[in-house]
Amino acid sequence: MELTAFDKELLNILQGGVQFVPKPYEAMAKQLGVSEDRVISRLQELKKDGFIRKVGAFFNSDKLGYSGTLVAVKIEPDHVADVAAKINEYPEITHNYQRSCGYGLWFTVITNSDDRRKQILSEIRSLPGVISLLDLYSQKKYKINVQFKLK
Amino acid sequence: MNFTETDKKIIRALQSDFPICSEPYKVIAEDIGISQEELLQRLEDMKKEGILRKMGAVLRHVEVGFKANALVVWVVPPEKMDEVAAKMCAHSEVTHCYDRNTAPDWPYNFYTMIHMDSKESCIEFARELSKETGIDQYELQFTEREWKKTSMQYFME
Repeated sequence: MELTAFDKELLNILQGGVQFVPKPYEAMAKQLGVSEDRVISRLQELKKDGFIRKVGAFFNSDKLGYSGTLVAVKIEPDHVADVAAKINEYPEITHNYQRSCGYGLWFTVITNSDDRRKQILSEIRSLPGVISLLDLYSQKKYKINVQFKLK
Repeated sequence: MNFTETDKKIIRALQSDFPICSEPYKVIAEDIGISQEELLQRLEDMKKEGILRKMGAVLRHVEVGFKANALVVWVVPPEKMDEVAAKMCAHSEVTHCYDRNTAPDWPYNFYTMIHMDSKESCIEFARELSKETGIDQYELQFTEREWKKTSMQYFME
């Protein structure tokens, strides 16, 4: 399915944020000059058809007492799939990507204690096929804004 | 950091799918057992305090036309980092921008995630960022496979 000009406008507004008012979709409808029903039914379709990953709240983990890091893992090539499957089992690991460089898997881990993070990393370090692991923590988060301008 | 039980309930309820219906906050408030007014007020507060980054949608970028993304890792002199970050962050194609620590075999200390319509445009865009900032030691890493992509669920223990 192709996105129409209306869909793009609607998705741009939805990415910018849902207002804190009793009828937020009505507020969007007013901005677009259409009915609330049209906005709601179209969004339900766009969600069902897989254009929207999630509508909801995105929190700042640091402010909730959690901290995250990015980890790169160097793995023997024939072990990548097994290691990836093991990594996926941790609820604290939210993203896990295979990339085209010396470090084959890259994942993010978010925990509310240093001990838990160390435990997870040491478990992964000792998996068969894992050669080494880099804990690439960040001091400065300059930007997190996953917003796509649809034209 | 201290969150009340009500705060934790609000966070748990809002981190899953937000209802697409006429009065979504009312549905959530009823589930948690608080008034809609209290929920809306608390959300305003959390937004102001920076606890809530955004209440809205994240799209599936491939489906909406951003078919290629790359993690671009850079070597930026520490004293130039804030300036370089400001320049790179000004582009909407840059969705994430972090500093990160290095390792003996890993000199890259600065990371940007870029989203474009093709691999070629990612390469071209990184070249432009390099020209604009004067940082010429960098590497593009394309995703070969996405093994997992979820949202963090907080306060589940």
